[in-house]
Amino acid sequence: MSSLLSVKNMSINFDTPRGSLEAVRGVDIEIPAGTSVGVVGESGSGKTVMCRAAMGLLQGSNVKRSGTVIFDGHELTAMSKEEVRNLFGSGMAMIFQDPMTALNPVRRIGSQLSEGLRVRLGMSKADALVRSKELLELVRIPNAAAILKSFPYQLSGGMRQRVMIAIAIACNPKLLFADEPTTALDVTVQAQILQLLRELREDLKMSMVLVTHDLGVVAGNTDYVAVMYAGEIVEYAPTTKLFADMRMPYTEALLDSIPKIDHKSGTRLAMIAGRLPDPTDRGAGCSFAPRCKYAQEKCHKEHPELKKDPDGHLYRCWFPIGVAK
Amino acid sequence: MAGSGTAHMRNTVDAVLTVRDLTVEFRIAKDKIVKAVSGLSFDLVKGETLAIVGESGCGKTTLARAVLQLPPPNSGEVVLDGTDLTLLPKENLRSARTTMQMIFQDPISSLDPRMTVHQLIDEPLEIWDRGTRAERDERINNLLNNVGLEPELVLNRRSYEFSGGQCQRISIARALALDPRMLICDEPVSALDVSIQAQILNLLQDMKDRFGLTMIFISHDLAVVKAVSNRVMVMYLGKICEVATPEALYSKPAHHYTRALLDSVPIADPTRQRKTELLQGEPPSPMNPPSGCRFRTRCAAASVLCADQEPQLHEVAPGQFVACHHPIV
Repeated sequence: MSSLLSVKNMSINFDTPRGSLEAVRGVDIEIPAGTSVGVVGESGSGKTVMCRAAMGLLQGSNVKRSGTVIFDGHELTAMSKEEVRNLFGSGMAMIFQDPMTALNPVRRIGSQLSEGLRVRLGMSKADALVRSKELLELVRIPNAAAILKSFPYQLSGGMRQRVMIAIAIACNPKLLFADEPTTALDVTVQAQILQLLRELREDLKMSMVLVTHDLGVVAGNTDYVAVMYAGEIVEYAPTTKLFADMRMPYTEALLDSIPKIDHKSGTRLAMIAGRLPDPTDRGAGCSFAPRCKYAQEKCHKEHPELKKDPDGHLYRCWFPIGVAK
Repeated sequence: MAGSGTAHMRNTVDAVLTVRDLTVEFRIAKDKIVKAVSGLSFDLVKGETLAIVGESGCGKTTLARAVLQLPPPNSGEVVLDGTDLTLLPKENLRSARTTMQMIFQDPISSLDPRMTVHQLIDEPLEIWDRGTRAERDERINNLLNNVGLEPELVLNRRSYEFSGGQCQRISIARALALDPRMLICDEPVSALDVSIQAQILNLLQDMKDRFGLTMIFISHDLAVVKAVSNRVMVMYLGKICEVATPEALYSKPAHHYTRALLDSVPIADPTRQRKTELLQGEPPSPMNPPSGCRFRTRCAAASVLCADQEPQLHEVAPGQFVACHHPIV
């Protein structure tokens, strides 16, 4: 299978008053065409920074980038800002976590939605508005004509996220980055939005990177999962394989800490003690070792490299679960 | 099918809190009234955790705040330990509030960024003149130890220096400072990561056991609720849909809305994905709620009866009460 997006050895450092902050450390990831890949991890694990860097959205003098990003045959890291921008909309698009602040509060939905169509596809204002109405219907917004004339504050969170999705798919992108698209929403609306994304992906033959901290969201909506911890990918496998046969103690701990509806009530939740290591000082050993219940002496001293099972399952652990010593 | 009724009231002498016919309405324009909570009743027995579940805008937070008289409800009774709070003079109400404390959804913005942790926890103790300086300092240290924070490391720092999970721990310590009998937690873990969420839920459970607290726990996540509650109340547009023990509610929900909420929870197992119909649309406006059962506009089982008559809570199984004309059996 050919890769639509291929990220090689990407590292992102931010210069801060406390020293260099390593947000992403040597990440390799492939997004095969036509698939959906989940990126899972806690706040601060580098998920969002990785996606933004992959889209070329991280600029500024305090950002140090290395590694290559190849999207659909173009090497983004060698292109100018202007050239990368030309890929937005029809090549890649992004939807953000907070639908409240991602839309411009002083412009009507119709004007925000038709902007991409006019700039990217060269449509006339009238044609763009007709297409905008179709797009709103595509994301199942009732009464689309009236919504085109509304301002974002007049819509609920779920409706705003639908508008964001309509804007993102307006120019038929090949790859959609969805950065925690349902975290700010109610469970019922979350289920609706995830179903919508599944259907759109199929209809439009779109690939998707789904960033989330919820393994439950990943389970039904992705083909592959990358688990991130402290700026690194610590496990990567097909979704069904990952859930059936996980190798990383971190993935196991993350899954155990989710409250589940089939748990007996009143049972204590398994928890991951402590928190993410300081990003300005990653230490020598495995980043997860201080919180890992299986950690041994070696884990605190030596940094594990990514290992590969014969079936392509990747993991970064000295003592993986389910592997005979 | 969201409706009214009092069939679920236990009327026991153990009741710490009894709420009857509580109504909260907000006038937002001359002829526009938001009916946030409409004629709702419930009771809470000592040592129990009541979970209140529902979508955004169903009136969960308004209900909890009305219990604390913040603001007082438009009508109805809130009886705490035999005293009706709605009738209390201002000064008596102020002292009654020390027995009920609240923990808020956003742990960072609910702490004053200009106060140190010591000042934050000391403030209620100082206002109510609880002990000498030395006694208060000892109490603050105890509270911080209880919530798993190292007093020497945190006392002189301010809220912005902490993560969300740590701020929630500070909020819990502050809420416990005056030895409350009741704790109202308004979505205490919604803003936290899953790994931190488990830490805070376990901590709340420990504090409840250690201090013999009675709790109201508000959440939109049914999975979170199951871990902590003894009784679950499902709300929709300011009315009760169903009240039951978590075991009954999760294994055989009787209300179509409860069923829909359960079906929306994502399952962390790719081999066990559901194929059920999702609840479509969003709740109608609380300014103009549907006649009869308020859930009927989104309910697959709705009939003419549902539009004409408001369903009353009735018992469908021991301890399980539902307000629906066509409960799931």
